[in-house]
Amino acid sequence: MTFLGMPDARPPQHGAGHLASGVPFPKAAREALGDTQQRTNLRRATTTIRGKRAAVVAELPDWEELREAGRAIKERTLRHLPALLLRFEEEFTAAGGTVHWARDAYEARRIVTRLVRATGEREVVKVKSMVTQEIRLNEALERVGIAAIETDLAELIVQLGHDEPSHILVPAIHKNRSEIREIFVTEMPGVDSGLSDEPRELAMAARRHLREKFLSAKVAISGANFAVADTGTLCVVESEGNGRMCLTLPETLISIVGIEKLVPTWADLEVYLQLLPRSSTGERMNPYTSLWTGAHDGDGPSDVHVVLLDNGRSAVLADEIGRQSLACIRCSACLNVCPVYERTGGHAYGSVYPGPIGAILSPMLTGVEANPTLPYASSLCGACYDVCPVKINIPEVLVHLRGQVVDSRRGRLVPTAEQLAMQAMGWIFADPQRYEAAQRLAGLGSASVALGADKIRALPPPLSAWTSARDAPTVPAESFRAWWRRTRGEEAAP
Amino acid sequence: MGVDRLRIALFITCFNDTVFPETGKATVRLLERLGHTVEFPFAQTCCGQLHFNTGYQAECVPLVRRFVDVFQGYDAVVAPSGSCVGMVRDYHARVAEVSGDSGLRAAVAQTAPRVHELSEFLVDVLKVTDVGAYYPHRVTYHPTCHSLRLLRVGEKPLALLRAVRGIDLVELPGAEECCGFGGTFAVKNADTSVAMLADKVRHVLDTGAEVCTAGDNSCLMHIGGGLSRLRAGTRTVHLAEILASTESAVVEPVRNPLGGGW
Repeated sequence: MTFLGMPDARPPQHGAGHLASGVPFPKAAREALGDTQQRTNLRRATTTIRGKRAAVVAELPDWEELREAGRAIKERTLRHLPALLLRFEEEFTAAGGTVHWARDAYEARRIVTRLVRATGEREVVKVKSMVTQEIRLNEALERVGIAAIETDLAELIVQLGHDEPSHILVPAIHKNRSEIREIFVTEMPGVDSGLSDEPRELAMAARRHLREKFLSAKVAISGANFAVADTGTLCVVESEGNGRMCLTLPETLISIVGIEKLVPTWADLEVYLQLLPRSSTGERMNPYTSLWTGAHDGDGPSDVHVVLLDNGRSAVLADEIGRQSLACIRCSACLNVCPVYERTGGHAYGSVYPGPIGAILSPMLTGVEANPTLPYASSLCGACYDVCPVKINIPEVLVHLRGQVVDSRRGRLVPTAEQLAMQAMGWIFADPQRYEAAQRLAGLGSASVALGADKIRALPPPLSAWTSARDAPTVPAESFRAWWRRTRGEEAAP
Repeated sequence: MGVDRLRIALFITCFNDTVFPETGKATVRLLERLGHTVEFPFAQTCCGQLHFNTGYQAECVPLVRRFVDVFQGYDAVVAPSGSCVGMVRDYHARVAEVSGDSGLRAAVAQTAPRVHELSEFLVDVLKVTDVGAYYPHRVTYHPTCHSLRLLRVGEKPLALLRAVRGIDLVELPGAEECCGFGGTFAVKNADTSVAMLADKVRHVLDTGAEVCTAGDNSCLMHIGGGLSRLRAGTRTVHLAEILASTESAVVEPVRNPLGGGW
């Protein structure tokens, strides 16, 4: 028996998969910022969805209480996670399903591959799922000759375009309809070049393509939005109904579920089924909510599996400040309000989880050494915290992770320039006399750079990044404290 | 204790002290004009925000210790900065936690709630919105993120500005969106920071305002730096300087935003 989520003697293991790219965020962002088509697409899409969310959230007089309930239930879940996981396993098994445990992405891929191979099928249909993207399941199946067909419209666009998802809810948010039309015409079998970019025509083309797949598929793969411990029930929330097709038509259903997806009881769903659609699509209620408990003869898939995945989640759980991130219900409200995400898009984050939640979740799943620039990919404006339906204090976790990044570099033989600067400033701030001397020096230095002007147009590195687009003020010869002393004298400290 | 008997300390913030002393002078003149005595403890340096937000939490401990030592005897501590007050009120407790020093924890718990951002102090503590100011310019107000979302100052700065005589106050479109400053973010992620600034500058210019104001000189340095680089003809002025200005004493000199020596 593996006690996932329970502290044990071994250090918690970090996750692997589509969680880090190796490209520093500032570099990836710089490139993305230059993509004017993507900038336009993202601005339009995030502005629209922000407005829709704000309108439906404002309708609920008890929104703040719902948020607090959403936070509290997840906190309780995480506190009792080992027991709740075992309860889920017991109930799911009793209902005729099979439970598998996966420590990491590698184990999960192996389990799923083995299960699909056992059916003899070469093609599987997929319900939109973040966790399967996280573990790069499609690529693993492809390597053994199994084609995984994405059935969510936006995931299908990404898959056909040989692209990566860039948003949690709308993976193809970076594409506009004319770009989607082009992908369909070149990549979708049986589509003629007369296809227009009218959304309805595009949806109908996808529908024709997918209908065939639904009717022939024998195996489906899904994630889950929630897993109810008390009843052993899995829940998928969606808009298109394509998920419902996958969850009901095939003979075999394999669901990969992160261990943080649990809720203790059926009644807890009441809270999240209000919070999630309003936060994510800006709808009062999502069109399709599918719930299933084990296997039933003649009613849906007869061979039902769930793979409970850790992939770094236990390491997150072990972090006292960071563990609140495991409450995330993947609504993507934080992406839609984030001024950084809106401009850089999702790919710059190098992880399947982009935006503010990705900037904390990805480095915690991989460990900050593998993702050292993401905690800094934020101006700490706090808009994400305000909209989070489960009240994850994202700025607090970002700053906490910056501390981990800094601490991970402390032991090095040669300190970084930033370390030296921070040490120097700490030394200066430790003594008012030193501080005042530094002020005078700054005034002199600034005057020598400004050359008589009242603004500085070019500073030396690393501050040249400031003056690349902004003038800098000069440091006046007389500081505030010098003025006070000159005009009022130095009063005794209290 | 009556409001007029408060022992008030000015927490100037290291940034205003060094780069924007006029804001500090304006804060002092404003509070004195309202009949209060302000003390300036010389032992103050920095609240630790720069270190804390960049990840140097251990380095913050002595700064937080200094802060509580300097300010713990006062009834009220006032700062013309939303973000520094946010640091003190929201994160000094965390630094004290990191230090493992229970004495520091207790001192922070006592001091931090008495630290006020200027507009909060005027409206909530002194209970004034009309401070007797006169400022005959077209002004737009940018609510900085930490004023807005850490301190929740809400309408207070606007209430103060609306009571200023002669002012032509115009609403800033997209006001609640971050300007892109973000401390070291402005340098570490300069490209994204500037992309955010471009939109803020566009909104400021759309108002036709002569002056963009806010409660934080750090954000204003960023917005003003962009406006100045573009020779946009709009300058940035801290809220304290507008509120300190009167018919007889125009505190804020009308500088040429394009500078004299280009």
